[in-house]
Amino acid sequence: MNPTNILPSGHKRIDHAELMGIVKRFPGVLANDHINFDVKAGEIHALLGENGAGKSTLMKILYGLYKPDEGEIRLNGQPVVFHSPADALTQGIGMIHQHFMLVPTLTVAENVALGMKSGLVMDLKQVKKRLVELSAVYGLKINPDAYVWQLSVGEQQRVEIVKALYRGGALIILDEPTAVLTPQEVKELFVTLRQMREQGHALIFITHKLYEVQTLSDRITVMRDGRSVDTIANNGVEQRTLARMMVGRDVQFQVDRPVVPIGEVKLSVRGLSATNDQDLPALKHISLDVRAGEIMGVAGVSGNGQRELAECIAGLRKATGGEVFLNGKSILGLPVLDRLNAGLSFVPEERNRHGIIGSFSVAENAILQNHGEPAFKRGMLFNFGAIARHTDDLIQRFNVKTPTRETPIKNLSGGNIQKLILARELSRHPAVLIAAQPTRGVDIGATEYIRNILIQQRSEQVAMLLISEDLDEILALSDRVAVLYEGEIVGIVNREDADVEMLGLMMAGVRHSS
Amino acid sequence: METANSPSFPMLATWQARTANIPQPVRRLLGFAGAFALALILFSVVLLALGKDPIAAYEQIYLGALADDYGRSEVIVKMIPFILCALAVAIPAQVGLVNVGGEGQIYIGALFASVVALAFGDLPAPILIPLLVVAGMIGGGLWAGIVGILKAYISLNETICSLLLSYIANLIVEYVIHGPLKDPGGSNWAYSARFSDNAILPMFGDTRISLGIIFALVAVGVYFWVLNYTRWGYKMRVIGGNAEAARRSGIQIKQYIIMTMIIGGAMAGLAGMVEVTAIQERLRGGISNGYGYIGFLVAWIALQRPVGILLIAAILGIISVGGDWLQIGVNLPASTVNILMAFILFFILRNQGMQKKEA
Repeated sequence: MNPTNILPSGHKRIDHAELMGIVKRFPGVLANDHINFDVKAGEIHALLGENGAGKSTLMKILYGLYKPDEGEIRLNGQPVVFHSPADALTQGIGMIHQHFMLVPTLTVAENVALGMKSGLVMDLKQVKKRLVELSAVYGLKINPDAYVWQLSVGEQQRVEIVKALYRGGALIILDEPTAVLTPQEVKELFVTLRQMREQGHALIFITHKLYEVQTLSDRITVMRDGRSVDTIANNGVEQRTLARMMVGRDVQFQVDRPVVPIGEVKLSVRGLSATNDQDLPALKHISLDVRAGEIMGVAGVSGNGQRELAECIAGLRKATGGEVFLNGKSILGLPVLDRLNAGLSFVPEERNRHGIIGSFSVAENAILQNHGEPAFKRGMLFNFGAIARHTDDLIQRFNVKTPTRETPIKNLSGGNIQKLILARELSRHPAVLIAAQPTRGVDIGATEYIRNILIQQRSEQVAMLLISEDLDEILALSDRVAVLYEGEIVGIVNREDADVEMLGLMMAGVRHSS
Repeated sequence: METANSPSFPMLATWQARTANIPQPVRRLLGFAGAFALALILFSVVLLALGKDPIAAYEQIYLGALADDYGRSEVIVKMIPFILCALAVAIPAQVGLVNVGGEGQIYIGALFASVVALAFGDLPAPILIPLLVVAGMIGGGLWAGIVGILKAYISLNETICSLLLSYIANLIVEYVIHGPLKDPGGSNWAYSARFSDNAILPMFGDTRISLGIIFALVAVGVYFWVLNYTRWGYKMRVIGGNAEAARRSGIQIKQYIIMTMIIGGAMAGLAGMVEVTAIQERLRGGISNGYGYIGFLVAWIALQRPVGILLIAAILGIISVGGDWLQIGVNLPASTVNILMAFILFFILRNQGMQKKEA
C-alpha cells in the first residue's frame, strides 16, 4: 500500500469505515438488527449471506439509499450522515450494482462523464485522458471510445468499476459482481480487485458463493435473518463452515442420485436450427434425445444457443429448420398452449420477467397455465375454493415460504419464487421438463431443495433438459451432458466420463472424440 | 431503483417517515384529497391572474352543480358519457393498451345508432331501443377494432392509430350530416332529421337523466365482475401485468388485444348512442364535446378501478356542470374548467407516482 493517504485515482483514501449498531426496519421485517460492520483501506471484506439476509439493506445504508433507524456510520472515526447516494459519493463511497447502470448508446467516456459536475460543455478529452491513466494504474483494459452496446458483460463491468474509480470511489461496494460473468471473466475481475486492494482501496464484496469468499477475501462477515452471525479472518476457513454459518444448519453439497430405469425417448430434437434476436444463426442442426427418467444437462458459456434451444422447444421462438418431437409427436407447428397441454413444462431462466406476474398473488401465479382446467372452473367463473386448496397444497408440498397465498409474489425471496414456479410446472405432471438455470441467484438452502426435487422427478420418469451455466450443478444432476458451443453440440458425454476440465475445454469449442 | 427513496428533500423524508404508520388505504385517500386541494389552489392562482375572485368562482360551481335538484341531475347526465368513455379506456388498459380514440368511437357509435333510428323509426320502442344499443356498440366496437387488429397483427402503435382515427370519424359524421342524412326539412342546418319518439330514450321524471345511466352502471358492474371473477378478466390482468409471462403461459395475446379494443370501443359507441338518442334527438356535428378525452382523464385518475371510475366521473361531472355557470356568474368561458381538470390530473398522477415509488 502506498504511504500517502492519496489513492492513485487522485482521491483521498478511506482508512476505516464503520457501521455501528445499525438497525433498519421495514413493515413487518427487521432487515438489520444491530449490525456492526467495518472495512479498512487495503482490505477486501466479503459480506456473505443468503438472499433476504439483510446484506443489501446494510450496504444501501452505507451508500446513502436508506437511512438507518438506529446506529451510525463513521468514516475515519468521524460520524457522518448520508441523505442520498450523492452524499456518500462525495465522501468517497461508490457502489457497483448487479445490474449495470450504463447507457448502451453512449461511449465509455460519455458514460463515465454522465452525471458528473461539469461546465456547459463536457470536456470529453479530459475524461478520456483520465480514463487511460486510470486503466493503466489499475490494469483495467478499456477503450474510452467504444460504445457500451458493443461491450461484453465483463467489459461493461470494467466500465462500471472505472466509473466508480473516476468519481472518487475509495471504498467500493460490489453487489454480487460475479453473478453475470463467465469463469474467465471472474478470474480477470479478481485480478482487478486485488490490484485495487494493493492500491489502498477498501472493498466490500457481497456474495453468496462460498468459493469466491474463500479465494478473494481478507475478512468475512456472515449475515443471517438480519443479524450478523460472525466476522472472521479468512485463514483457510472451510466452505462447509461458512455454509453452516450462512444457513444455520449443515448443508448437503452432494445430491443422492438413485438408479432409475431409463424409459423411452420423450423429447427428440432433430436437426434443429434457429436464429437469435439479431437474426444471426444461433442453433445449427442440433440433435439430441431425452428419455424418461433421464436428466440431459446442457452446458455452455452463456449465449451459445441455450436460450434459443429452450425457446424453440417451448414454442416461444420460430425454428428455421429441423423437428422437435414430444412423445413421438411433432410439436414444432403447435402454439404454446398446445405444447403445454401435450406434456411440456418450462422453468424459465429469467424467472421474475418471464415466470411470474409480480403484482399477482401467489395463488394467481400458481394457476398461470392451467387456469382453464375443469377443476378450477365453475362455468365462466373461477372455483376460488379449489384454487386456494391447490395453492395451499403446492405451498406445503414444495415448502414455499410465504405469509399467505394472497401475498403478492414479488414479496417472496428468489428461492421461494423459484420453488413456486417449479411447483406449478410440476403440478401439471409433465412428460418433459425444461429447467433453465433452475438455481441461479437462489440461496443455498433453496438450491439444495430444488436439486432434490429435480432428482425426485427423474425417479418419477420425467425426461428433463437441464440448462445451466453452473458446471457443478450439471455434474451433480445430469445423466448425460451436451455441450453447446456457437450453436452446435460439441459433444454429448456420459456423466461418468465427464469432469469439469473436460467440459470446460468443450465449452471453449474443443471437440471431444468418443 | 436506487433513487426510489433517495430523500433529496429532507422535509419530504421526514414527512414520509411520519406518515409511514398510517394504513395504506387512508394514506391513498389523503394523498388523493391533497392532490385535489393543490389543484384547486393552483386554479385559484390562475383565476386571480385573470382578475377573478376564486371564492366566487368555486361558489358558482357549487351553486350550479350541487345546490339544487336540477344541478345535481345535470351532473348525473354528464356522468353517463364520462363513465362509458372511461370504460372505453380502462378495458383496453387492462391488457396494457392506451386507447385515446374515445372521441372517434363515440362518433361512429352515434352514426350507427342514428342510421338505425332513422331507418326503423316506426318500430315500437321496446324493440327499437335495444336495436339502437346494439348498433351504437357495433359502431364504436368496429372503430376501435380496427385499431386492435392493426396493433395485434402489424404492431401499429394503438395510441396514435386511435387518435388519428378520431379525426376520420369526425369527418365521416360531418360528411353524413351535410350529405346523405341531411335533414330534408331543416332549411340549411347540417344535421339529420329528428328521430321518431320511439327512438328517444326514456327519462327519469322531468330530468334529462336518461336510461343511459342504467347502461353505464350496468357496464361498470359487469366490468368489475369480469375483471375479478372470470377467467377472461384474469387473463387480461395477466397480459397487462406481464405480457411475456402471458405469452409463455400460452395465453392468446392477440385475441385479447383485439377483443378488449372492441369492447372498449363498444362502450364509447354506447355513449355516442345515448348522446344522440337522449340529448340531441338527432345526429349532428360536435356531439361529443370532448367526452372521449374526459373519459381518458377519468380512467387514469381512477387507475382503471371500477369504483374509482364512478367517483371520478362524479367529481369531473360536478366541475363540468359547474363550469357552465362560470360564464354567467363570473364571466369566464365555460372551457376555463378544463384547466382545473388538467391540474387535477397532473397532481393526481404526481401523487400516484410518489405512492408507486414508496411501494
